[in-house]
Amino acid sequence: MTDSKYFTTTKKGEIFELKAELNSDKKEKKKEAVKKVIASMTVGKDVSALFPDVVNCMQTDNLELKKLVYLYLMNYAKSQPDMAIMAVNTFVKDCEDPNPLIRALAVRTMGCIRVDKITEYLCEPLRKCLKDEDPYVRKTAAVCVAKLHDINAQLVEDQGFLDTLKDLISDSNPMVVANAVAALSEIAESHPNSNLLDLNPQTINKLLTALNECTEWGQIFILDCLANYTPRDDRESQSICERVTPRLSHANSAVVLSAVKVLMKFMEMLPKDLDYYGTLLKKLAPPLVTLLSAEPELQYVALRNINLIVQRRPEILKHEMKVFFVKYNDPIYVKLEKLDIMIRLASQANIAQVLAELKEYATEVDVDFVRKAVRAIGRCAIKVEQSAERCVSTLLDLIQTKVNYVVQEAIVVIKDIFRKYPNKYESVIATLCENLDSLDEPEARAAMIWIVGEYAERIDNADELLESFLEGFHDESTQVQLQLLTAIVKLFLKKPTETQELVQQVLSLATQDSDNPDLRDRGYIYWRLLSTDPVAAKEVVLAEKPLISEETDLIEPTLLEELICHIGTLASVYHKPPSAFVEGSRGVQHKRLPGSAGSVESPDPGAAATETPPAVIPSQGDLLGDLLNLDLTPTTTTGPPPPTTSGMQMGAMDLLSGGLDSLVGLLHQGPPSLSASPSTTTASLYFLFFPSTLLVTSVWVAQDVCGHVSAQVWLPAMKAKGLEISGVFVRRAGVIQMEMTLTNKAMSVMTDFAIQFNRNSFGLAPAGPLQILTPLSPNQSIEPLNNLQVAVKNNIDVFYFSCQYPISMLFVEDGKMERQVFLATWKDIPNDNESQFQIKDCHLNSDAASNKLQSSNIFTIAKRTVEGQDMLYQSMKLTNGIWVLAELRVQAGNPNYTISLKCRAPEVSQCVFQNYEAVLKN
Amino acid sequence: MLMFPSDSLITSFVYSMSALPPFKPVTSYWFRLSQNGQNELLCFPSPASPPPAAMIHSLFLINASGDIFLEKHWKSVVSRSVCDYFFEAQERASEPENVPPVIPTPHHYLISVLRHRIYFVAVIQSEVPPLFVIEFLHRVVDTFQDYFGVCTEAAIKDNVVVVYELLEEMLDNGFPLATESNILKELIKPPTILRTMVNTITGSTNVGEQLPTGQLSVVPWRRTGVKYTNNEAYFDVVEEIDAIIDKSGSTITAEIQGVIDACVKLTGMPDLTLSFMNPRLLDDVSFHPCVRFKRWEAERILSFIPPDGNFRLLSYHVSSQNLVAIPVYVKHNITFREGSSQGRFDLTLGPKQTMGKAVEAVLVSSQLPRGVLNANLNASQGTYTFDPVTKMLTWDVGKINPQKLPSLKGSMNLQAGASKPDENPTINIQLKIQQMAISGLKVNRLDMYGEKYKPFKGIKYMTKAGKFQVRT
Repeated sequence: MTDSKYFTTTKKGEIFELKAELNSDKKEKKKEAVKKVIASMTVGKDVSALFPDVVNCMQTDNLELKKLVYLYLMNYAKSQPDMAIMAVNTFVKDCEDPNPLIRALAVRTMGCIRVDKITEYLCEPLRKCLKDEDPYVRKTAAVCVAKLHDINAQLVEDQGFLDTLKDLISDSNPMVVANAVAALSEIAESHPNSNLLDLNPQTINKLLTALNECTEWGQIFILDCLANYTPRDDRESQSICERVTPRLSHANSAVVLSAVKVLMKFMEMLPKDLDYYGTLLKKLAPPLVTLLSAEPELQYVALRNINLIVQRRPEILKHEMKVFFVKYNDPIYVKLEKLDIMIRLASQANIAQVLAELKEYATEVDVDFVRKAVRAIGRCAIKVEQSAERCVSTLLDLIQTKVNYVVQEAIVVIKDIFRKYPNKYESVIATLCENLDSLDEPEARAAMIWIVGEYAERIDNADELLESFLEGFHDESTQVQLQLLTAIVKLFLKKPTETQELVQQVLSLATQDSDNPDLRDRGYIYWRLLSTDPVAAKEVVLAEKPLISEETDLIEPTLLEELICHIGTLASVYHKPPSAFVEGSRGVQHKRLPGSAGSVESPDPGAAATETPPAVIPSQGDLLGDLLNLDLTPTTTTGPPPPTTSGMQMGAMDLLSGGLDSLVGLLHQGPPSLSASPSTTTASLYFLFFPSTLLVTSVWVAQDVCGHVSAQVWLPAMKAKGLEISGVFVRRAGVIQMEMTLTNKAMSVMTDFAIQFNRNSFGLAPAGPLQILTPLSPNQSIEPLNNLQVAVKNNIDVFYFSCQYPISMLFVEDGKMERQVFLATWKDIPNDNESQFQIKDCHLNSDAASNKLQSSNIFTIAKRTVEGQDMLYQSMKLTNGIWVLAELRVQAGNPNYTISLKCRAPEVSQCVFQNYEAVLKN
Repeated sequence: MLMFPSDSLITSFVYSMSALPPFKPVTSYWFRLSQNGQNELLCFPSPASPPPAAMIHSLFLINASGDIFLEKHWKSVVSRSVCDYFFEAQERASEPENVPPVIPTPHHYLISVLRHRIYFVAVIQSEVPPLFVIEFLHRVVDTFQDYFGVCTEAAIKDNVVVVYELLEEMLDNGFPLATESNILKELIKPPTILRTMVNTITGSTNVGEQLPTGQLSVVPWRRTGVKYTNNEAYFDVVEEIDAIIDKSGSTITAEIQGVIDACVKLTGMPDLTLSFMNPRLLDDVSFHPCVRFKRWEAERILSFIPPDGNFRLLSYHVSSQNLVAIPVYVKHNITFREGSSQGRFDLTLGPKQTMGKAVEAVLVSSQLPRGVLNANLNASQGTYTFDPVTKMLTWDVGKINPQKLPSLKGSMNLQAGASKPDENPTINIQLKIQQMAISGLKVNRLDMYGEKYKPFKGIKYMTKAGKFQVRT
C-alpha cells in the first residue's frame, strides 16, 4: 500500500467522504483521512472546505498527526482566518510542552500562519521561545521573528524582538547564531537604513567563531553578512581573510562562492606588495576551477560570477584558460558563457590555443554557438593586437569553408577589425567580394556594403558591386538600405566622375520611392549636402572615425565594483545592480569595494559616474548607431532660450542651416525649476554612492480634467538602447500632466534629452522643454514628463513610442451646457452622428453614477424618469472645444445601462464610451 | 557637420505643429516606427509589491511530459501559472538539458535543476544566492533517492506524504532546517515495507518522537548511540578523467575529478585519521564538513568523526596536465567525399599509460552528422548499434586486449542528395580501470581513535572516463 492511492480518489462526493472519515473515532482512520487531505492539497486540489474538521484533529498526542494538521493549517489559514483562531489555544499550549520538538514545531507553525489575529497571540509564546533553554527552540524562534516581521513589522519592533534577536548573535550555540544572522539579514533587507546588523570587531569575531561550527547553510548566511562589513584596516582585513579561506574547501558550492565574495571584497584593502596578497590570489583559483566540474546548473552560475571576477582580477585565472574549453555535450548556456570568458582571458601568451579552439567550435553543429565562436575570433583580434593577423587568416580559412552562416558572420566581424586596424588588412577585401552573392542576412549584407563604400577607392568595380545591390533596393531591410545609401554617397565623393548617375539613382530611391522616414531624411540630408557644399559633405560623410576600443563589452567599473560585492547573487548572474530588477530591493544600499590602504587603485566615485564609457562595437543590427558615432559632433547648448508657449517659432527653421543645432540646443537641459519630488534627498544620496534612482518630476502643461492610473512602461529599454520610459497621464488642477520616469539601463551616460509629440488628434504639445538635471548615468532613473506618439532624443539616438492617454484628461471643467443649448444642440447634430453603447454589469443607481461622472468633468444637465427608467442628460467639453452630448438610461434593477452619444466629431464617441465604462466600473 | 538622420524627424514634425492642428484623427507617418518590435517582453521584472522575503518560496516538480505533479509552498501559495514561463523556456530549448537554470518572470525568479528526468523548479521572489537554491535542490533530490531508493515520479507519488513531511522539515520559511540525511531519518523514518506493516498493526507512526540530537551537537552529521555488531569502514577512491583530445591525438585539456566515497558502519563515536602516501597531489580539495581543516593544512592528514553510513569524504581535482595519464588512444578516419553519397568510418582503440592494468567496460559513442542515413560497419569485437533517428552510433567494446586491438570499420551512407556534412563528429569514450587511481593517489593508513574495538577496513581504487572526448 503506497500513498499513490491518494491520487486516485477523484470521484464526486470525495470531500463528503473525507469529512466523515475525519470525524471518525478511530485514530488510524483519522490519520489516513488527514493524509488523503494533504495529498489532495499537494496536487493542487482545493480541500479548504474541510478546515474545521481537520483542525479538530489537532489536539492529539500523535506527533505525526499533529504535523500533518499543521501542514494543512499553514496552507489554508489565510483563506479561513476566523476558523484559524480555533487553533490558537492548541498552539499556545504546545509552546509550553515539555518536549522541545513540540515547542519548536508550534512556534514555527504559528509563524507560518499569515493571519493578523493569530500574530497577536504569537508574541508571548515567541518571547518565551527566544529565551528557551533548548537551543533547538531558540534557533527556530529566531527564524520566527523574521516571519512575524514580514507579516507585521511594527509589532516586532514594538515588542522588542529585534533586540532579542541581536542578543542571539552572542549565543553559545553556532546554529542559533547563524539563524539569528539570517533572520536579521532578511529583516534588514526591508529596512535599508536601520542599524540592525551593527557589525563591529566583537560581533565579527563571534560570527567567525560560529562560522567554523555551524551547518553549511548557516555558513552561507554568516559569510553573506560578513561581506557587508568594512574592516578598519588592512590587518583586520587580512585576519578575516585568513579565517574565511578554509571555507574555499567546502563541498557546498554556495559556501565556496560566498567565501569568494568575502575574499574578493576584503582583498581590496590589502597592500599589493604584501606576501599574503599573493598567497590569497593563488588560493582563489582552485575552488573556482572546481566549481566548473559540478553539475551544469552550478557551472552556469559559477561562470557568470567568474566572468565578473576575471574582469576585476584577471590574474587569478590567467593560467586556467583550458578549463573553459567547451565540451561538445555541454548545455548551450554553459557553452556560451565559457566562450565569453575565453575571450576575456585571451592574451598574447595563449592566443594560439584559443584560436585553435575557436576554429574547432566554428565547425560544430549548433548554429548559435558557431556564430558566437566566429564573432569571438573577431573580438580576439580586437583585444590582442599581436594576434590580429592570425585571427584574420583564421577568419579567411573559415570563409573558405563556404558554410553560409559562417561566411556571413565572418564578414560582420571583419568589418569591425577594419575599424580597429585601418589600412592594414584591406588585402582580404578581394576574398570577401567573392562571397557577395551568398550573403542573405541583412547584417552581413550591410557589413559588406559598408566595406565596399569605405574602401571604394581600392575596389575597382565598387560601383558595379553597389549597383548590383541597388536593383532590389526596396526589398532590402532598412539597415541595408541605409548602409547602401551611405556607401554610394561615399563612393561618389571618392570617384565623383563615374558615379554621378548611381548617386542620383539612390537618392531618388531613398527620398521619393521610400516611405521610411529615416531613410528618406538621411537621403535629403545627403542631397542637400551634396548640392550646397560638397566640401562639407566630404567632411561629414568621410569623417575620420574613432577607433573602436578593444574591451567592447566590459562592465562599467562602478557597476563591476558593485557586482563584485554581490558575487553569488541573482545580481551577479544577470550582471545588473540589485536595485535594477529584484523585487524587495527597494532601497538596497549600494555596495562599493573598500579602498585599498595606501593605493589609489579604486576610482573616485564621482569621477567614475561621469566617466565616458569606451566606444562600443555596434551590436547586431545597429549600423545606424554606427553612423551616429561616426559623424556626430557634440552639440552645443547655445540655442535660444526655451520658449514658454509652444513650438511656434521652431516651425520656420531651415533643415540644414543650423536648424538642427539650435533645435537640439533648444530642447536641451532646462533649469531644474519644476522638480518637486519628495525623494530628491534620497536621490542625491544615491548619486553619491552609485547613482540608481534619481527622481525628478517634470510637468507638462498642455491646454487646459483626473484619473489615477498606475505607471505603464511605454518604451522598454530593449527597444531604446537602454533608455526605459514609463509614465502616466493625470489631470491636476486643470492641467494635463504627463509624468514620465526615464531610466537609463545602459552602460553609459545619457545626456541631451529632448522631447516632441507627433501631431495628434487633440493637439497636445509639451508645455516646456524636457528638464533633466544631470546626465543620466547607467541605471539612473528620472521621474518627471490617446494615442500620443512621442519622440525622445538623447545623445545616443532618437526613440519613438506611443502611449494612450485617457480621454477624460481632456474634459474641461466648464463642460456644463445650458439646458436650452443642450436641447438645441442635440437636435442640431444629425442623427447619423449618434452612437449607442451598452454598459454592462454596472450596479450604481443613477445618482451615484451622476456623481461619479461629475468627478471626471462629465456634467449632468437634466434627469427624467420615464416608466421606472432614469434618463440622464449629460455634456462634456474637450480641450479643443468639441462638445459631446450624452443620454444615459438607467433602469432600476437592470445592471445594463444604455448610453447614446451625440457629437459633431463622431470619431470620439468610442473613446468617450470607453471612458464612461471605466469611470462607472471603477 | 551634424549628421543625425533621426533628428531630422523631429524637425519635420515641428513643421506640422506650427499650424494649430485641426481636429481630425491622425494617422501619422512615423507610426510604423514606433510599432517596431512592440511585442518584445522586458526581461527584468519591475518591483510591484513589497517583498515577502522568503528564500525559497515554492517548489514545483515537473515531469518530462510537462505535467506539474507536485507543488509545495513554504509561504503564501504561488499560482502554478508561474510555471508557464518555465514551459516557454522549455519549448525554446532544443534539448531538455538546455533549459536555462535561472529564468526571470515579472514577479519571481525560477531556478531549476533537471535530475532523473524531473525538473525541480524553485520559485524565489527576493535576492537569493542562486547556488544556494541549486545546492538545496540537489539536497532534495539526494534525500528522495536516499529515502525511496530511486527518485522518479512514481516513487515520489507513492510516498507523497513522506515527501511533503520531508520538504517541510528541510525548509522553514525558506531557511534550510535539516538537510542532513542522518537527522532527517531521525525525524521521519524512511518507508519500508516492514515498517508500513508494523505501523498498520500497532498504530505507531513514521515520525520520530525524539529531538533530533544531531541538529545541535558539535557533530551534527552523526547520530548518537550507533551500534553495529560488525564494525567496518570502506573507502572507494574513484577518479574520473575529463579530457579533450584533438584530431591529431594530442591532449588539449585533461584533468581528474576524484572523490573518496566512504561507507562507515562503526559503533559509538569513532575518530578516524586517513593518511596518504602522496598527499601533495591533493591541492584542490572540497571536504565533507566532518573533516578537520586545520589538521589537513598543517599535517596533510584527514582527521574526522565520520557520519554514519554512506557519505562523500572529499572530492578533489587534479588539473596539472602532466599528472593526468591518458589510458587509451584512438586512431580514427571518418571521411566523406565530395559528391559521393558514401563515407568511410574507421576506428581503432588501443591502451596507453595504464600501468599494466586492463581497460574494461569500454563504450564508444559518437553523434554522426545529420546527413548520415545508415552505417555498415564491422566490429572486430563487441557489438555496435546505429540509431537512424538520433544518428547516435554506439559501440560496446568491452575489454581491450592489447594483443588484438579492437576496431570498427566500414562505410556510411548519406541520404540521397545530402551534401557533404560540415561538422566532424566527436567521439565519446567511457571506460573503467580497476584497482588503480590514475593520478597515482594512494592511501597510506587508516587509524581509529576513541573506540576500543577493531574495525574491518577496506580500500578500493577505480578509474573511469568522465567527459572524455576525442575530436575527429
